[in-house]
Amino acid sequence: MSANTFETPLVADLSAPGADPALKDVRVGIVTFPGTLDDRDAARAIELAGGTAVRLWHADDDLQRVDAVVLPGGFSYGDYLRAGAISRFAPLMARIVDAAGDDGGLPVLGICNGFQILTEAHLLPGSMIRNDHLKFVCRDQRLRVENASTAWTGDFTAGQEIVVPLKNNDGQYVCDQVTLERLEAEGRVVFRYLGRNPNGSLNDIAGVTNARGNVVGLMPHPEHAVEPGFGPDSTGSGPVAKGDGTDGLGLFTSALNALVNGSSAGSATTDGGTRA
Amino acid sequence: MSEQQFHLDTVEHAAQTPDTELPWAELGLKKEEFERVVEILGRRPTAAELAMYSVMWSEHCSYKSSKTHLRQFGEKVSEEMTKDLMVGMGENAGVTDIGDGWAVTFKIESHNHPSYVEPYQGAATGVGGIVRDIISMGARPVAVMDPLRFGAIEHPDTQRVVHGIVAGVGGYGNCLGLPNIGGEVEFDPCYQANPLVNALAVGVLRHEDLRLANASGTGNKVVLFGARTGGDGIGGASVLASESFDDSKPSKRPAVQVGDPFAEKVLIECCLELFHASLVEGIQDLGAAGISCATSELASNGDGGMHVDLSSVLLRDPSLTPGEILMSESQERMMAVVDPAKTEDFEAVLEKWEVEYSWIGEVTDTGRLIIDWQGEVIVDVDPRTVAHDGPVYERPYHRPERQDEIQADHFTGSAADTGRPAGERLKEAVLELMASPNLCSRDWVTDQYDRYVQGNTAMAMPDDAGVIRVDEQTGLGVALSTDCNGRYAYLDPYAGAQLALAEAYRNVATSGARPVAVSDCLNFGSPEDPEVMWQFAEAVRGLADGCLEIGVPVTGGNVSLYNQTGEEAIHPTPVVALMGVLDDVRRRTPSGWDASADGQAIYLLGSTAAELDGSEWARLRGHLGGQPPAVDLAREKLLGELLINMSRDGMIDSAHDVSEGGLAATLSEMCLRFGIGARIGLGEVADRDGVDEFTMLFSESQGRAVVSVPRSEEVRFKDMCTMRDYPYARIGVVDVVSDALDLMGAARIPLPELREAHESTLPRFFG
Repeated sequence: MSANTFETPLVADLSAPGADPALKDVRVGIVTFPGTLDDRDAARAIELAGGTAVRLWHADDDLQRVDAVVLPGGFSYGDYLRAGAISRFAPLMARIVDAAGDDGGLPVLGICNGFQILTEAHLLPGSMIRNDHLKFVCRDQRLRVENASTAWTGDFTAGQEIVVPLKNNDGQYVCDQVTLERLEAEGRVVFRYLGRNPNGSLNDIAGVTNARGNVVGLMPHPEHAVEPGFGPDSTGSGPVAKGDGTDGLGLFTSALNALVNGSSAGSATTDGGTRA
Repeated sequence: MSEQQFHLDTVEHAAQTPDTELPWAELGLKKEEFERVVEILGRRPTAAELAMYSVMWSEHCSYKSSKTHLRQFGEKVSEEMTKDLMVGMGENAGVTDIGDGWAVTFKIESHNHPSYVEPYQGAATGVGGIVRDIISMGARPVAVMDPLRFGAIEHPDTQRVVHGIVAGVGGYGNCLGLPNIGGEVEFDPCYQANPLVNALAVGVLRHEDLRLANASGTGNKVVLFGARTGGDGIGGASVLASESFDDSKPSKRPAVQVGDPFAEKVLIECCLELFHASLVEGIQDLGAAGISCATSELASNGDGGMHVDLSSVLLRDPSLTPGEILMSESQERMMAVVDPAKTEDFEAVLEKWEVEYSWIGEVTDTGRLIIDWQGEVIVDVDPRTVAHDGPVYERPYHRPERQDEIQADHFTGSAADTGRPAGERLKEAVLELMASPNLCSRDWVTDQYDRYVQGNTAMAMPDDAGVIRVDEQTGLGVALSTDCNGRYAYLDPYAGAQLALAEAYRNVATSGARPVAVSDCLNFGSPEDPEVMWQFAEAVRGLADGCLEIGVPVTGGNVSLYNQTGEEAIHPTPVVALMGVLDDVRRRTPSGWDASADGQAIYLLGSTAAELDGSEWARLRGHLGGQPPAVDLAREKLLGELLINMSRDGMIDSAHDVSEGGLAATLSEMCLRFGIGARIGLGEVADRDGVDEFTMLFSESQGRAVVSVPRSEEVRFKDMCTMRDYPYARIGVVDVVSDALDLMGAARIPLPELREAHESTLPRFFG
């Protein structure tokens, strides 16, 4: 686990011949904390989107010149205290907070436990508490993309419906009333649950962004809807066979395209921020 | 058994005080077993030795009642069956070569008694234990499954047990990052105070990464790592698993272990890093009987002895006695044997993962297992006598006197009553069946399990088998199914075990995979009851004969006895877990048709006889008697070959086996899988088989499956069936517009109504 590689090759290591070499030059860091579970999945998603995944270890102090970072899902430190409450103190998190903050603009995506870590690190507002029904829930979740101008949603259109898996114990998004009003007023709710609210989140919020649009966190797992045959049985436009739903890929292509094409993704991170 | 006595009872002291009274009976040893220990040692055992022998010679660890029967699994094999078997029974888990340098290891185990006492922790640590078995083989765990059996759904205690067990399985497995890809959920009053929690784990490894549990090489160091040793689970193995529940005994709550899945997740990653850097010579997980088991098994499987300083063990509770430390079943611990030249590298990996460890001893050439406590020798034994030479019982058994009476009591029902509905009333009957506790949707359970993590799940619930990709680049993978029908086994345990095998085989083949290996979890009542022992003996004989006939070896498993309260034993429940191989998991067959299959022909493979004894329909009418459906494993094998070949050649787009609930359940599930209806006509095939429409729908005849066939493939499909001489009948078409399961001429069941019936039952009971 010390190297930047996984013990067995990822599907995308076969590398599609038509892949855009410019995307391949984009290095996306995947952070592993003790108890992280979806790091391999996040790396696979980045590579299927055409980029290069770089493994990062929580205890290191070096972002290894990555152009963007994904904090994957899992149960870091068992979530025994508060989800993400210990991981935010990892040495690497200090580097990420610096690079993603107001002066940096590094694109950062937090998925599930990664989202929880981002709120604990105050890169994103609010917090997640136990699901209102008090059970772990794993289901294919319909979402509406509310904001298509963040670093991670530029390939979607505002109002687009997508389906990605949701799986968590502590997914109920909460924040104070002032914050909630500001998030809504500023268009910083990025994803909203459609259909039955799966966990009691305020305003059906599934994901939010920071003011600049470079940091996005969401509870559902886009990295589990990137490869035909291994995703949900439906997409935003209807049912598909055999787990062929790949709506989640858009988050990863969005970030890669924005980094390669400069301003095409809108307001966020135009130059990848921290290549230095 | 005072603390004092444990502290002071050295080997020397034991030799000098032959007449000291020892609490062997309280520790679960029989008088003759204790006498055998004295004979082996040539003196009385020390308190610590007594603790070791008692726990290692318990039913749970020694298989003393079952061993004599289990031998058949090793004897009834052919060369062809075992050619891909890299490791067979006796190790932590069997290992099968699946090609391209890959191997797969899987095993199923029970954690029944603890899960009744403390459902959450019992179920959680059941998952944790089986996963450590898989790690011990050098494999990365890639999936879990969990066959669960509960008491009557409406019983008040079932609430406690279901919520705790499901949350425990999910809480542990989800936190480990292992997709849960299937299992079973059954409700039956026979499991009322004896719920069954069976847990399966599967792992993958490259051939060269295979590790075995042995301590070889004099001078090699022995290390204990992972969680600290605490007071949980002391006596769990010998006490909890070997006695039936009985109100006259004090509460055994403290004997259940407490799980820490985060510690186990870290342990998995840490062990895999150790394996890949070749830093361990031998490894063993700590499960039942804790350090007693690990030290005695490692030493006796190796080539020498072992010298252990028990004072070096890191403790959570410093007041533990040496006997308690030896017996503690604290979770998330591993023991490894390490070359002295590699100890620094070993420590570096553990420190990276922040895993605690202590060096507790070394491998010797004495042939003895010697354990010191604060400088004094408290154990000096031949490790084989502890780990392998436990008692073996030839328990008496006989066919229950009532068995003939039970088998003569066939299910009857006439068109005049609700036992045998016809015509329009078939609709109500199908809805009743699909809403019943044992056939309703399992989503309430399975939605609490992560099936996506690792990104290699090609199929999971509610499909027939769970399918996991092993090699991302070629698509090579495995399919797994666990099955058992305890009602069939109650009527005829020999046939019941074979029916479990048949269903698992069918499920795996239905997914398109080639069956290669079996693991079994044999759940029965008390072996001291000759009638229960007969059920056990018959089931083992049936399964061993069945595996030989169908050509798939048993690679490992587990026996759980004493699942009974007072005189009432559970139904014999020999759960069969079967693994198959798919060259490319993307070609797997789902268990229902989607919209793109509109207009495809629906065929029934196999033929139907009036076999309602033991069926789900009979259960709904409160009946259990007669003979289970006839099982013909040669036919099952033929059906399996057809399904695998048809899937590979693209002749079928969906396939679902016919089992519990009969064709009514199969067709309902296929429609509900993707919410696409079908028009079905059963008149012709019912005439062919000489049965009425009710029997056609609810009989549980074996060797059947329903498939959907693209129009362009129908000729090839029929040719293949004809060539193999397997009965087939076109029974309908996939019909998107109908939005119903339309049993033409009898009943039309709109899918929304069917779905509502199917999905509302578990939420209604469990919230």
